[in-house]
Amino acid sequence: MLVSVLNIVINGLLLGGFYAIIAMGLNLQYGVARVLNIAHGEFIMLGAFITWAMYSIFGINPLLSVVIVAPIVFILGFILQRTLFTSLRNKAPSQSAFEGSSMLASFGLLFIIQNVALIIWGGDMRALSFYNFGINLWGAVFAANRLIALIFAVVIGIGFYIFLVRTRIGKAIRAAAQDPATAGLMGVNINLVLALCFGLGAVMAGLAGVFISMCFPIYPVMGLEYLIITLIVVVLGGLGSIPGSFIGGFILGLIGSIVSSWQPSLALAAYYVIFMLLLVVRPKGILGK
Amino acid sequence: MDITRGVFKMSRLWWLISVILLALLAAFPLYGSAYNVILITAIIMFIVLTVSWAIFSGPTGYVSLATAAFFGVGIYTMAVLGEQLPLLAAVAAGGLISFIIALIVGAITLRLKGIYFIIFTFGLVELIKHLLLYWEVTVTGTRGRFIVLIDNNTIFWVMLGIFTLLMLTSYFIRRSKYGLALRSIGENEEAAAHLGVNVNLVKVFTFGISAFFMGAAGAIMATRWTYVDPYVAFNVLFSFLPVLMAIFGGMGQLYGPVIGAALFAYLEEKLLTVFPEYFMLTFGIILVLFIVYLPDGLVGLIQRLVRRLRRQHANT
Repeated sequence: MLVSVLNIVINGLLLGGFYAIIAMGLNLQYGVARVLNIAHGEFIMLGAFITWAMYSIFGINPLLSVVIVAPIVFILGFILQRTLFTSLRNKAPSQSAFEGSSMLASFGLLFIIQNVALIIWGGDMRALSFYNFGINLWGAVFAANRLIALIFAVVIGIGFYIFLVRTRIGKAIRAAAQDPATAGLMGVNINLVLALCFGLGAVMAGLAGVFISMCFPIYPVMGLEYLIITLIVVVLGGLGSIPGSFIGGFILGLIGSIVSSWQPSLALAAYYVIFMLLLVVRPKGILGK
Repeated sequence: MDITRGVFKMSRLWWLISVILLALLAAFPLYGSAYNVILITAIIMFIVLTVSWAIFSGPTGYVSLATAAFFGVGIYTMAVLGEQLPLLAAVAAGGLISFIIALIVGAITLRLKGIYFIIFTFGLVELIKHLLLYWEVTVTGTRGRFIVLIDNNTIFWVMLGIFTLLMLTSYFIRRSKYGLALRSIGENEEAAAHLGVNVNLVKVFTFGISAFFMGAAGAIMATRWTYVDPYVAFNVLFSFLPVLMAIFGGMGQLYGPVIGAALFAYLEEKLLTVFPEYFMLTFGIILVLFIVYLPDGLVGLIQRLVRRLRRQHANT
């Protein structure tokens, strides 16, 4: 009994680690740059497939591809914000008009990235199963790759939080999130900060993709599935609240693990039920302002 | 005075043209090939989905991604009730059930800020899909259903009937006080509420009407597919495509979504089976380009060209 409870909890935390970093990335993009990036899942997919390609072609250790994936998706996100989303922001008559048009543009990006990936890699499912040996934790056995992913997720999450709170750029980011116009007047290079945030958000998705490729099967249309869960986590934690996303990810992971242990096919449905209740009762989420 | 009479004459001319076009279309199965009847049915289906999406989302600015949910509800209604009810009753039932679900969902969510509404409608498709899947696997013990076959010409005519009804509804909504209230919500919701518009009622009811047509279209299309399961019926692509088609056509005019959907659906039917990846890739690129450079769509482009031609004409 105790072992099975432990099993469910640790499984939930492992799953929650993925959800937490992905959701933090999306929330960074929405909270600061005001882009609800529907293509966020595609950056996860890119991270996963670059890792897979590096491993199967050059035999590069998936943990090392963190160093390869991060700059690639960062530059991609940075450029997208500097070109596409900046031009939309300049044209939009109001904030809500920009939120609408940028979301629709990110839809277009979803189709573009997904289909480029389908053209390059084909539609097959692939599995990398790396470090897939068992580790015994107080009687319950877990795959090593999941534990590594969890440790990385926690390190990335906490590291990023310290970056936001303690550094000058972090302060500029927080200022831009509160009021971009005033932050600009105070000497913050607002375009640079927004692009930085978008790039960092993409990096979190990409890194999550690296770890996902080690633990789960990957395929080019996987992004949408993760995106939907991410959106739920983001709303659960509070739209715009980075710590909220971090906590929300773990909460949703735990819920998923509990429901799966009882009725595996209902896990996703349970997410939506929680999500709908949340929207009715407290749309601001746990830590929303 | 002169101008209003001109406008009146113009609109009478439009009515005449529309009726003639509709009659030609209705007679199409008598002279067209069987393949083209199926092709045009699919195109009209996309037009119905796009125009009914635009009825609600166009003027209010609330982007709904629930189209696939209502379309799927229509499909499943036909799958369950198709054998018990006569065809038209089953189609109407598909529309009505979608309408009721939309009223409930709308009442819950339409008070939310725009972005929450988008996320919620996006999740709705998956929620209904997974609940149905669970229901089928654990309660009824089936996976998917067979649907009674109906000949293609009947499907065509029913779809055309839904289309006609939809265009009339859309036209009268645009022309009425009700349409004005909808647009005022899109401009500034608080101001509209202060002017005495019952904001929630107007939004929820319009959302319901648009869902009715999506459900009815789903119900009749289901008879062409003979077999459905939740994965086939609740395909998120049916949520995305109407949005893209409406943007492509332009939402400023009634005929914008019709043109956008007709062009894109034709290309989709022709190209999707041959080069699916390249087609969807082009789709994405066109969408991004349109949002950045032509936010008013093809209709905006045409209007701009007409204005330029007129100016040149006036100058010479």
